[in-house]
Amino acid sequence: MEQTDIVCPFCGCLCDDLEASVEDGHITGLKNACAVSRSKFLNHGKHRVESAFIDNEPVSIEDSVQAAIDILSHAKRPLIYGLSSTECGAISKAIEIAEVTGGIVDNTASVCHGPTILALQQVGESKASLGDIMNRADLVVFWGANPTAAHLRHITRYSVMPKGMYVEGRKGRKVIAVDVRKTGTARFADKFVQVEPNSDYELLQTLRAIVRGEELEATEVAGIKMEDIKALAAEMAKAKYGVVFFGLGLTQSEGRHMNIDAAVGLVAELNRKTKFVLTPMRGHYNVAGANTVATWQTGYPYAIDFSKGYPRYNPGEFTAVDLMASGEVDAAIIIGSDPGATFPADAAKHLTKIPVITLEQKITPTTMLSKIVIPVATAGVETEGTAYRMDGIALRLSKIVDPPEGVYSDEHILDMILRGLKEAAQ
Amino acid sequence: MKDIIIKNGYVFDPLNAIDGEILDISMSKGKIVESVREKNAIVIDASGKIVMPGGVDVHSHIAGSKINIGRLMRPEDHRKDVVKKSSVTRSGVGYSCPSTFVTGYRYAEMGYTSVMEAAMPPIGARHVHEELNDTPIIDKAAFTLLGNNYFVMKYISDGDFDKLKAYMAWLLRATRGYAVKIVNPGGVQNWKWGRNVFGLDGKVEDYDITPRQIVTALAKANEELELPHTIHLHCNNLGMPGNYKTTVETMEVAKKIKPKTGRKTTIHVVHCQFNALAGDNWRNVKSGAHHVSKYVNANEHVTLDLGQLIFTNTTTMTGDGPWQFALWNMTGNKWVNSDVEMEAGAGVVPYEFKKNNPANTVQWGIGLELALLIKDPWKVYMTTDHPNGGPFTYYPKVMAWLMSRQARTDTMRELNKAVLKRTGLASNYREYTFNELAVATRAGTAQALGLKDKGHLGVGADADLAMYDLDPTEWRPSKYKELEKAFAKAAYTIKGGQVVVKNGEVKATPMGATHWVDAKIPEAIEADLMKDLERDFNQYYTVSLRNYQVEDEYLPVQKVHKAGGEWK
Repeated sequence: MEQTDIVCPFCGCLCDDLEASVEDGHITGLKNACAVSRSKFLNHGKHRVESAFIDNEPVSIEDSVQAAIDILSHAKRPLIYGLSSTECGAISKAIEIAEVTGGIVDNTASVCHGPTILALQQVGESKASLGDIMNRADLVVFWGANPTAAHLRHITRYSVMPKGMYVEGRKGRKVIAVDVRKTGTARFADKFVQVEPNSDYELLQTLRAIVRGEELEATEVAGIKMEDIKALAAEMAKAKYGVVFFGLGLTQSEGRHMNIDAAVGLVAELNRKTKFVLTPMRGHYNVAGANTVATWQTGYPYAIDFSKGYPRYNPGEFTAVDLMASGEVDAAIIIGSDPGATFPADAAKHLTKIPVITLEQKITPTTMLSKIVIPVATAGVETEGTAYRMDGIALRLSKIVDPPEGVYSDEHILDMILRGLKEAAQ
Repeated sequence: MKDIIIKNGYVFDPLNAIDGEILDISMSKGKIVESVREKNAIVIDASGKIVMPGGVDVHSHIAGSKINIGRLMRPEDHRKDVVKKSSVTRSGVGYSCPSTFVTGYRYAEMGYTSVMEAAMPPIGARHVHEELNDTPIIDKAAFTLLGNNYFVMKYISDGDFDKLKAYMAWLLRATRGYAVKIVNPGGVQNWKWGRNVFGLDGKVEDYDITPRQIVTALAKANEELELPHTIHLHCNNLGMPGNYKTTVETMEVAKKIKPKTGRKTTIHVVHCQFNALAGDNWRNVKSGAHHVSKYVNANEHVTLDLGQLIFTNTTTMTGDGPWQFALWNMTGNKWVNSDVEMEAGAGVVPYEFKKNNPANTVQWGIGLELALLIKDPWKVYMTTDHPNGGPFTYYPKVMAWLMSRQARTDTMRELNKAVLKRTGLASNYREYTFNELAVATRAGTAQALGLKDKGHLGVGADADLAMYDLDPTEWRPSKYKELEKAFAKAAYTIKGGQVVVKNGEVKATPMGATHWVDAKIPEAIEADLMKDLERDFNQYYTVSLRNYQVEDEYLPVQKVHKAGGEWK
């Protein structure tokens, strides 16, 4: 059986043109997928969590859910974390679990594009959906972002190669990479601007001052000669339609949200001369959805605490890494994320001290340190759902094959837990 | 669900010509019925109280990427208005960008039972519906943005009117939209290059057409498709002093259009306050309300809503990217611009309307002047263009200004004197009656929207009803604070025959329906259209044609309105 128009649930690009052949309930062929996507789709059945576990002993799903309910209903400060690699129905249930338990819900934005959101809350941003960029952009800047490694089809499908309505594909676009080292994207670009590590803020503010027409005395900023910076500023200002795609090189280097503040300021300034937008390169396929759903339900995108009965927001306090490092949390439920592998050591260490409930498809460092592991289906492969692309476009994920027998979606398991918690509260 | 009888209330039901008579209203199975057996029914004593159909908001921004950007960028707005969870309600935040749950609760608390989301970018439709599904109690519908859409501009430019009509019908179906929304026609397209269009005869770049052609074609197609609502238009030049001329000219464009059978109107002009400015710049801006109302009084084809300004800190958000950019340049406040491929855009800028700002006081006066100078209440509806003019939770305050000259005078005393010199409000003595208020907030809006089962309490209507603890025979305009209080927290709100609010508190949170229009397209034309769509989606969109269309999973409770008209 052939399926078309499949949305790929493996990075923030959410390419929606995949085609799969399915035989005997297995995906046997895949078209249009990048290397990452292909590997994830074709190997989604390998290394699966084969049963629910409590303390490494196999148990039924029902027993694991009941144990999770017991832990969460007795916890004083439970954390619900992850959510960037699951679909929106599950995110919605996770938020309600946090509300019902008076806990905290946080998603992985707190360790990737959280600073982007802080900057937006400070100064705003000028953005566009990827199609507008594809159709119009004649100047494409990748700043601290390397799509040749992280978003494999971004360049071919959205930002550089495709022929747009008003631009002629690669020939019609000038590509500039700004980074601390010569990445794959930098090699591919027409121009590589090598910025000294942790000097992006200075470079952005200098560009902004030049675009504003300020006279500057410095002869070199961020390791770059002033005349080269002036040339770059001129290039940006003379574009008909420019875009800055930025990644963790900007959000997670020194300055963090202030870097994005400066980038937003530069782009806003450029809009007084021409048309310019910027777009974060969101990594996990539905981290944008986690922010979006949390925002419409609570007003806040991540780092949300319900201990007072209403949502409160404080990145730095209610963010998972900070809560773990301070030892504040006494139980955690992890969905669609692997903090055991990705968190700083001190924060990850706390996960070994508290009961952790993990919903996972695969065996991961986090499942290995969890008290309870509940196997779940892969959204976008084994169950339907909604995900938000890096530019905020919502797409429908498809079910291509059945999940293993007796394995439910994240949403289903979370709903079981939620109902149990509500009953326990009565 | 038990039957309900509301006994002995003063009933204001303008669509059935009931003006404050003491009547009983019976409800069964979600509908208004002739009578029910009292023994098995919930009997609610409404004596000495006002009974009206549930409120119908014709224009508000409650769901989708634009309001969610507002929520996202304004944690400082949320902090001043937090909402705890209760045994029946979810927690959230309020003020200018309320969370979805709180939006539903607060409308219901005011006795509103249907709300229109006024701007849905087609490619963002799935997002809009996801949020509408998390907006409890109220019925909802979303208006699909068409005024800067590639296919619309292309078919107008090609002179292919049938395809245009077919595309409109198809797009409403694909997005599960209810009405045709137009925002700054052509202007948002030009903004894709950082420019604007400035008026009906400006040049829409890349298409060699004018906003006049866009409005004309969409209005004509709208009427030929016999859509329940007219075109829903945010005029060119919004927020620019002197723009009343553009507004009147735009109304005149729609006069040449033949309305569908059964109605006289061909255009609804939204948040007209922002489009009724006279003067040359923001320093000498003055009211152009008398020019607009003179035209509306002399013509039968126009309805409008106010977009009344409230003196508070709010969040402006429109599909009018260039206007939001201009506002950012004026204020220096934080600015989000969000362009949407092939079809639309949006901007969001926080703004504080201040009592000591001369221009703001003039704008405040213009909104009320429009309401008071337009004689026929069926032509002008109460909105704040939530949250642009102010949050919808201020509706009771607007009602007080409409119904009480003293309320207006008391406010004017606190304002910069510009409102006295540059608007005619001080010399306007008109005060709305309760009947007129019911027209402006439910009967008129339901009629303009073509929601036949809403906005009235006749047999067969949806059992959506509001009861307010105010005796209309005792009430005087001097007691406007009592009016505000009564309309802020309904004594009862009944939605679909179920008590959802009692004494201003939410008691139940059923899921309301989402209304959308399914207009038929002749097969041959549709097949031809699909070829165009396949080709252009492949080339210019970043989602496939199939993935663009909203699935039924996103409308768990839906009400489909058939349309399409006769195709020649």
